[in-house]
Amino acid sequence: MLELIQEFELLAAFWMTIRLTLWSALFSLIIGTFVAIMRLSPVKVLQSIGTSYVNLLRNTPLTLIIVGTSLVLWGQLGLEPASRDSSTFIVDLNFRLAVLGLSVYHAAFVCEAIRSGVNTIPLGQAEAARSIGLTFGQSLRHVILPQGFRGAITPLGNTLIALTKNTTVASAIGVMDPAYQLDNIAEFRPDVLFLGFAVIALGFVVLTLPVGLIISALSSRLAVKR
Amino acid sequence: MSEDANGFPEPSNEPLVVLQDVNKHFGDLHVLKDINLTVHHGEVVVVIGPSGSGKSTLCRTINRLETYESGTISVQGKALPEEGKALARLRADVGMVFQSFNLFSHKTILENVTMGPLKVRGVKPADAKKRAMELLDRVGVAHQAEKYPAQLSGGQQQRVAIARSLAMEPTVMLFDEPTSALDPEMINEVLDVMVQLAKSGMTMIVVTHEMGFARKAADRVVFMSDGAILEENTPEEFFTNPQTDRAQDFLSKILTH
Repeated sequence: MLELIQEFELLAAFWMTIRLTLWSALFSLIIGTFVAIMRLSPVKVLQSIGTSYVNLLRNTPLTLIIVGTSLVLWGQLGLEPASRDSSTFIVDLNFRLAVLGLSVYHAAFVCEAIRSGVNTIPLGQAEAARSIGLTFGQSLRHVILPQGFRGAITPLGNTLIALTKNTTVASAIGVMDPAYQLDNIAEFRPDVLFLGFAVIALGFVVLTLPVGLIISALSSRLAVKR
Repeated sequence: MSEDANGFPEPSNEPLVVLQDVNKHFGDLHVLKDINLTVHHGEVVVVIGPSGSGKSTLCRTINRLETYESGTISVQGKALPEEGKALARLRADVGMVFQSFNLFSHKTILENVTMGPLKVRGVKPADAKKRAMELLDRVGVAHQAEKYPAQLSGGQQQRVAIARSLAMEPTVMLFDEPTSALDPEMINEVLDVMVQLAKSGMTMIVVTHEMGFARKAADRVVFMSDGAILEENTPEEFFTNPQTDRAQDFLSKILTH
């Protein structure tokens, strides 16, 4: 097993999974929060932009989005989030395109998680915020979102776990993650294919199981007591 | 300010809140029918009436938590603006106390009271805290300042909510059934704070079922039924000599016990 891990650089591959997950989690949290704010705003145009975003991204296959970032955004439209002078140009390019695709896709789920958290807040909280003179933006920042995020920890955690596993789609545009290496194992060492599957599956369990535990602990600790 | 026999300051003749021909519907239901009401500086107006008579809605339209379709509402001579920064500024001057307290659940008692002054008025943190502690002391919950709302009793929470409104130095305070969600033994501690507030000369519009408070603290009682104001009178006159059948019927039902 160790031999297999070394031969196919599986540790490096899982490190790639972690990097993809962390960067995509960060960006999808930022984008998702903005989309959620649009959907919660009293402005009809913003609401429909937010709703369209969620419906479009949530219902598009992730593979299509990831391959699209490479073939359409980069290949056709010339979006190039990496420097050609760099010796790691192709690796950087693929990684960043994958993060982009993963972020915009999971932002739709983050938005809905935050919205579900906001829906746990009694209407009176927003009314009290408005009645002491807070503007819409201040109400969001100081009252609604802090409580909404706390109520959203469990669904946000589910999204993070899904994101971790969904990073394997990045192998479709050449990012060297565990799924990419599994392809190699199937091609060059079909004799240990079954072991390869098992090792990679175990790797993902090791990554996601603690996340689930941490999320459960956090959500009961940070729950807003009413 | 002159005082009456019970130590309550006499209201001035200067109008503070003016409602003219205000109408509102919830779907087919006409909840506010041609409401005309003027509340003067320093006046305590108690709005009573059966459930569903529109008295809470009336209270909530005054700081525009409820919209209305026609008519005008003005506070300090300024018509209520549309939702936005100007309305937020106006709301900062109009205190509101809710039936369900609505303290910010994720903030401590102290933070609940300082939030408005800090974020809306731009008061310095040290000054906001000092003022908040004075107000919490005044309503008798200063020793709970570091706790969270869920750790307090209903009566304590409602007193904090009053302190939170007072921290904004409002020109008028709205009370939307402030004691209706309280256990009986906690009602008086909240009413006591409200009576003190009335004695200090605060302009108050109070929607309540507490007839004792109305008799004691009100300058004027407004009786609403089915979305309309049927009677407006001094508490003595209203309670001893109601003019309309509807008011007589209402009083006979609540005052027999």
